[in-house]
Amino acid sequence: MKPLLATLALTTALTLPGLAMARPVTFTTTLNNYGGDGAYLALYVTDASGTYVGSLWMAGGKSKYYTHLTDWHRATGGDTGQVNGITGASVGAGRSLEITLDLADALFDAGYTLHIDAAVEDMRDSPNEVTVPLTASGAGATVPGRRYIASFKYDM
Amino acid sequence: MIRSLHRWPGLVALALVTILCLSGAALSVFPAAERIAAPQAEAGLTVATLADRIEAAYPGVEQIRRSPSGRITAYWFDEGRPGAAVIDPATGQGVASADPNQFQRWLTNLHRSLFLGDGGRIAMAVGAVAMLVLSISGALLVVRRVGGWRHWGAPLRGPLAGRLHVEIARIAVIGLVLSSTTALWMTASTFDLLPDGGAIPAMPAEVSGETGFALEQMATLLQTPVTELRELSFPYPGDATDVFSLKTDRGTGYLDQGTGALLAWADLTGWQRVSETIYMLHTGQGAATLGLVLGLMALGVPAMGVTGVLIWLAGRRGRPRIRGNQPAGRAETILLVGSEGGSTWGFAATLHAALTAAGQGVHVGPMSGFAPERYARAERIILLAATYGDGAAPASAKGFLDRLSALERAPDMPLAVLGFGDRSFPAYCAFARDVAAAAQAKGWPALLPLDTIDRQSPQDFARWGRALGEALGISLELSHQPVLPKTATLTLVSRRDYGAEVQAGAAILRFALPRASLWQRLTGAGFARFSAGDLIGIVPRGSALPRLYSLASARRDGFVEIVVKKHAGGLCSGQLTALEPGDRVTAFLRRNPGFHAGGGRAPLILIGAGTGIGPLAGFIRSNARRRPVHLFFGMRHADSDFFYGEEMPGWQAEGRLTRLVTAVSRGARPHYVQDALRGEATEVARLLRNGARVMVCGGRDMAAGVADALAEILAPVGLTPAVLKAEGRYVEDVY
Repeated sequence: MKPLLATLALTTALTLPGLAMARPVTFTTTLNNYGGDGAYLALYVTDASGTYVGSLWMAGGKSKYYTHLTDWHRATGGDTGQVNGITGASVGAGRSLEITLDLADALFDAGYTLHIDAAVEDMRDSPNEVTVPLTASGAGATVPGRRYIASFKYDM
Repeated sequence: MIRSLHRWPGLVALALVTILCLSGAALSVFPAAERIAAPQAEAGLTVATLADRIEAAYPGVEQIRRSPSGRITAYWFDEGRPGAAVIDPATGQGVASADPNQFQRWLTNLHRSLFLGDGGRIAMAVGAVAMLVLSISGALLVVRRVGGWRHWGAPLRGPLAGRLHVEIARIAVIGLVLSSTTALWMTASTFDLLPDGGAIPAMPAEVSGETGFALEQMATLLQTPVTELRELSFPYPGDATDVFSLKTDRGTGYLDQGTGALLAWADLTGWQRVSETIYMLHTGQGAATLGLVLGLMALGVPAMGVTGVLIWLAGRRGRPRIRGNQPAGRAETILLVGSEGGSTWGFAATLHAALTAAGQGVHVGPMSGFAPERYARAERIILLAATYGDGAAPASAKGFLDRLSALERAPDMPLAVLGFGDRSFPAYCAFARDVAAAAQAKGWPALLPLDTIDRQSPQDFARWGRALGEALGISLELSHQPVLPKTATLTLVSRRDYGAEVQAGAAILRFALPRASLWQRLTGAGFARFSAGDLIGIVPRGSALPRLYSLASARRDGFVEIVVKKHAGGLCSGQLTALEPGDRVTAFLRRNPGFHAGGGRAPLILIGAGTGIGPLAGFIRSNARRRPVHLFFGMRHADSDFFYGEEMPGWQAEGRLTRLVTAVSRGARPHYVQDALRGEATEVARLLRNGARVMVCGGRDMAAGVADALAEILAPVGLTPAVLKAEGRYVEDVY
């Protein structure tokens, strides 16, 4: 993981004043056995008004398939600069993705929402696979996804 | 150069290319199967109607997709549970599972990446490059072999593996070039090397904020036929700011869920269209028939791999290691080889060994390495030159003629040229003749006149060796064995003698079929499969050199039969004509596919003299289908060598032989077979105009006379013997 870059990715988007306060947050995404090839996952954050503010992680290296992460692609216009340095491999069925990022305290309990879009080759596109508000109290709570994600949680 | 460009990628990438082609061929079936299985939309059905039917059946529908095969899939959520099905467009109801086929998924991953991710994708792309290089170099080799693009489909001669290899290749090469170039394009696209990404319109800033506009009244959907649909995504339930997204063959757009209005639209880019076409050409998705054809062509690749390796092995076996080869600067005799398949190197090795044993210092090298300035101590240069295809230079003689013509003046040491070839080809020893002519034009002194070796004949080679020995003032006995095939023992069962009374002993010898091993019977090797016109090699006692005779019988006849004339002082013919029933000989079979009667219905004109009647009689005996056969048979004397004279009336009565014309050369009025041919000129010309095939067997002078007579006969109808040869309608077996 590249926490520094991840922080930068978000900070440049958020332009928060007084950014000194940050802490490591671990996101754990476990996929179910959906019976297809590796899933592309986009983890990104919107603000209280639903406006895209930045990406946390992109699982899946081929940008030509990013159009299938429909909401993320609409929000960013497919700009790969949004996930530059925070891109990893796609996640196989039944596997888990665990990423740890240094995130600003100001992201929590401030109306921000974390989204995961998912897509699998020759199967359904699943934007908004997971939608969870980022709150300190929500940490550790497990939520299911709609189609491919068996469970998702963040710990800090 | 081209040959090594063909050989090495072929051998190195054989496994990879085989996996690519087998998996590709298997995958080609799926688009066709999908096309057949998928319920197709009725003509004129619009997306509006289809979407309305599906929404009625599945109120939680999120996305509708149409694949290029016409299969429509819907994805929905029902009380929070995801569902998907293949849809019958007539009803909007699901009719089959939409889960991806696991076997197809496995094959796809094998085909594109060997299950190895990006590294595997690159390996498979390298395989596609190898395939492309093989296709192009192979096509160039075929063109060189058949003598130009115009002769792409010309009939082939030569060993079975080589013929099969080319026969498959010239059909499959188009598909293989298409599949490999499209594969490379797709790899480049996958690795983002091409600007063919999707153009997505910007999300509209303003939407009506309303919901619930009826699908079947949305203008854009009403104007879009289902056959153009790719994808329709529905807005999130309860989110009034969301929109419908529509993808069609023409582009992508957004529709307002409250008014049905088209909010934004972007056409496909040119690059996208090209990439999609290439995807279709490669996968057959949207072009199922083409996919099946390409898959079939890909199946030819493993067969070409096997035959290719066989050709390479045969070439290696035929090329012996030359022991004690002298450097070019120290040798007295320079021996240069122009060989394509490698068999001429074997003759070079035999000559090298014999000359070395006679105390000569000999250098052997390829003709392409011709460098007379380096031959400091050379006293003579000998060229052993095969011919490739229609008269081209063989692989190891590339550039020789250019180097020769670039010389200011010919070397001083005298030159001997020996050509290697097959008389059944129209361009027999053409390259050796070109070389000899060029040398003569340059004023290069000759050591020996040009001579030729027909079909690797050891006898021809031994005869030439004696002439060379005389020229050098040494005794030179060239005993060349071109890798003797497995021999069998044949037992004579009967003999019929001719001409004993006129002091010209000749006989038809009939041997029992040797017992074939199970392996031989399965593979058709040795005497397990042969037909009239094939050759039998007899190894006489007291000699290692086999003598070749044409077979007068087929395996089906149940015996092995040859016609032999006793030559004065002939070792082998002497032994054979002295055989009594029960005696044995050592023999092997050599196929001679260029001199088979074949299975066609076209009339045959068989022309033979003396013992040359053997294979022709075999063709007539096997002619159970009453194909019209006209036999021109030249003999010295009806009492001495009218071979098969007893059978001829019976064969004519049974319809196996249509017409018999004989010519007798000894007697009051000498009459040769070519004279007989001229006497029937009208009938012969008529037969040839109607597609008849000429087969000539006998001595060299007789064959030359026949060729002249045919040229005269054909001239009025605008044909030449050369044209007939090129069409495979004029074949010779000459000795």
